[in-house]
Amino acid sequence: MVMIRPLSEALTDTSVDLPEGKPLLEITDLALRFGGTRAIDGVSFDVKNGELFSIIGPNGAGKTSIFNVLSGVYRPQAGSVRFLDRSLLGMRPDAIAKLGISRMFQNIELFDNLTVLDNLMLGRHQHLDYGMLSGMAWVGKAKRIELTNRRIVEDIIDFLEIEAHRKFPVGMLPYGIKKRVELGRALAMEPKLLLLDEPVAGMNVEETEDMARFILDIRAELDLTMIMVEHDMGLVMDLADRVMVLDFGKRISLGEPEEVQNDPAVIAAYLGEGDEGPTLEDEIAESKGGQDVEEAAT
Amino acid sequence: MSAPTTQQVEPRTPRRTLRGRPELYTDYAKDQALLNTPAKRFWTGLLLLAALVLPWMPFATRAWIGNLTVVLIYAIGGIGLNLVTGFAGQVSLGHAFFVGVGAFSAAFLGGSPGRAAGGLELEMWVWLPLSGLIAMVIGLAVAPLAARVRGLYLAILTLGLVFLGEHIFREWEFITGGFIGRSAPDPIVGGFNLYQRQEIFGVDVTREAIYYTFCLVILVVMALLARNLARSGSGRAFAAVRDRDIAAEVMGVPLLRTKVVAFGVSSFYAGVCGALLTIPFGQITPENFGGLAGLLLSVEFLAVILIGGVATISGSIIGAAFVVLLPRVVEIASQYIPFVGGQGSGAFLTVFQVNGILFGALIVAFLVLEPRGLFGLWLRVRNYWKAWPFSY
Ligand SMILES: Nc1ncnc2c1ncn2[C@@H]1O[C@H](COP(=O)(O)OP(=O)(O)OP(=O)(O)O)[C@@H](O)[C@H]1O
Ligand SMILES: [Mg+2]
Repeated sequence: MVMIRPLSEALTDTSVDLPEGKPLLEITDLALRFGGTRAIDGVSFDVKNGELFSIIGPNGAGKTSIFNVLSGVYRPQAGSVRFLDRSLLGMRPDAIAKLGISRMFQNIELFDNLTVLDNLMLGRHQHLDYGMLSGMAWVGKAKRIELTNRRIVEDIIDFLEIEAHRKFPVGMLPYGIKKRVELGRALAMEPKLLLLDEPVAGMNVEETEDMARFILDIRAELDLTMIMVEHDMGLVMDLADRVMVLDFGKRISLGEPEEVQNDPAVIAAYLGEGDEGPTLEDEIAESKGGQDVEEAAT
Repeated sequence: MSAPTTQQVEPRTPRRTLRGRPELYTDYAKDQALLNTPAKRFWTGLLLLAALVLPWMPFATRAWIGNLTVVLIYAIGGIGLNLVTGFAGQVSLGHAFFVGVGAFSAAFLGGSPGRAAGGLELEMWVWLPLSGLIAMVIGLAVAPLAARVRGLYLAILTLGLVFLGEHIFREWEFITGGFIGRSAPDPIVGGFNLYQRQEIFGVDVTREAIYYTFCLVILVVMALLARNLARSGSGRAFAAVRDRDIAAEVMGVPLLRTKVVAFGVSSFYAGVCGALLTIPFGQITPENFGGLAGLLLSVEFLAVILIGGVATISGSIIGAAFVVLLPRVVEIASQYIPFVGGQGSGAFLTVFQVNGILFGALIVAFLVLEPRGLFGLWLRVRNYWKAWPFSY
């Protein structure tokens, strides 16, 4: 029987050695337009090695767009994106994935017809260094590599406590489990930078607590750098080292959680949302009070 | 009992635990095996055995063995189409073109030179894989273009291949024999003709039985390779590209390369299918694979995977049996149904029309009611019995 290993033994390549003070990710003057809308409007920020960096802002502020630029799905019109001292601009998504950036999507993007296992194995895709012909013969190298990667995937399944769902097509699973599977798939890529786009959106209190625990455990065990976009202010204030606030594609504040919370520009932006949007303080109170955060997330 | 040695002994699950729990997996290798349940092992073994002894049964006429041989060959082509369309989600109407390329390659490589056409008179162990490879190379050449369009546009682009094919097959006389076509190559392996009555160990064996057995072996090998492909990294990449292409790319799956590979493998299977098909056809003409007939052949292969089951290898085989044998059954049945008759018999419906109607109805019925095809129906039956007597 296979023993359960700590995650750090299954995923060994998630931390980076960088000289002190050297950021893992550097974004300068990033600009992205869709016709007339400026989704990202001259945004600059650094993400330090090992940091949990959070991006918040009202709906349509450009948070997901930043992730899409980082993973190569959108091409920005101006600015620079440097990761591990390489420019990501113009690189295809699969090449960026190979460099070590993986992500969770805001609207779950799992492969619905495949099982949980196969979804996670797809996360391992870039680590399967055997050829197609070897796979067709299924002897020697291919078989061995499949087995070692299956073990890693099983460790992740154990870690996320989704053993019972292993062989189910993910399309049939409940929402909260799907989110976990997506986290698992992103982890399976053994990234150096993990992008979490609203990991607890639409979750109840317990599911949110579970997800927070997973994120903390991943940090503790893997020393993995993360960027988290989230509307649940309680979660952001508890977990993040630094927070950046976006509004209409512009950076309006950046700093430690307490600084950002008391920044007049931030308060104004959230108040400016008018009657339909909750204020920043409301949101914090609401999520801390254990209310359903679904409303704030949509 | 000798004392345990210092050598590292693999920890084993005691046999006691295993007995009576054949579905308890003790390592991932067993779980990942192709036939990972006793039921699968039993039924696959039984089916294979039945397929092997079938031509020796007294009721097996030569004509019927011939029909079954076509089933086996169609199954190879069906698996090929299933790889690109069922697994990788790239709908292709051009499958008949690649089948045709395989057929004419085989005829040129294995056939003898004729009036206008050349021929290399190679043995089958050369012309069979080479026909697949030639089809594959052409598939790989077309794929980068095809991989850039999707859905309806892809269907139309691949349909274009069939009509382009008709033109090439007609004009390139040296290879194809032109308008009148050319005869099939001789399937000779090491001096042994696989389509000739032979005396084997003192037993008189019909040419149909020999060729049937040969095709069965080829199908088993190619089905096995396809199953392995499906469960390996490439197969998962196909499915990922089919289900969500952007997410697949972000997960590190190269989109263009994956689609091109799917087209390439699929064309290889089509080429082998075409090469094998030359033998039962006897004479092959551009009309078999190009133009409207080619389109019909492509649709037949789509029917194979839709009726059999999208993205399953065993489904492709069931589907091939259905598509090849149904017209024969209709033909026989037509003698007993008053308003159905043969071509020119003056009956209300011809056999040909009945086939068209049946196929159309079946494709629509499966698409609407059971997209997983006959394979899906089988899953339902199996799950029903597994859950019996509970109805959920
Ligand atoms: N593919 C696209 N085409 C056109 N406009 C787009 C596209 N993607 C994003 N946008 C626009 O860019 C702006 C920023 O969108 P983005 O999805 O980045 O916001 P967000 O901060 O993630 O919002 P939310 O909190 O609702 O997820 C919006 O005005 C959006 O309409
Ligand atoms: Mg968003």
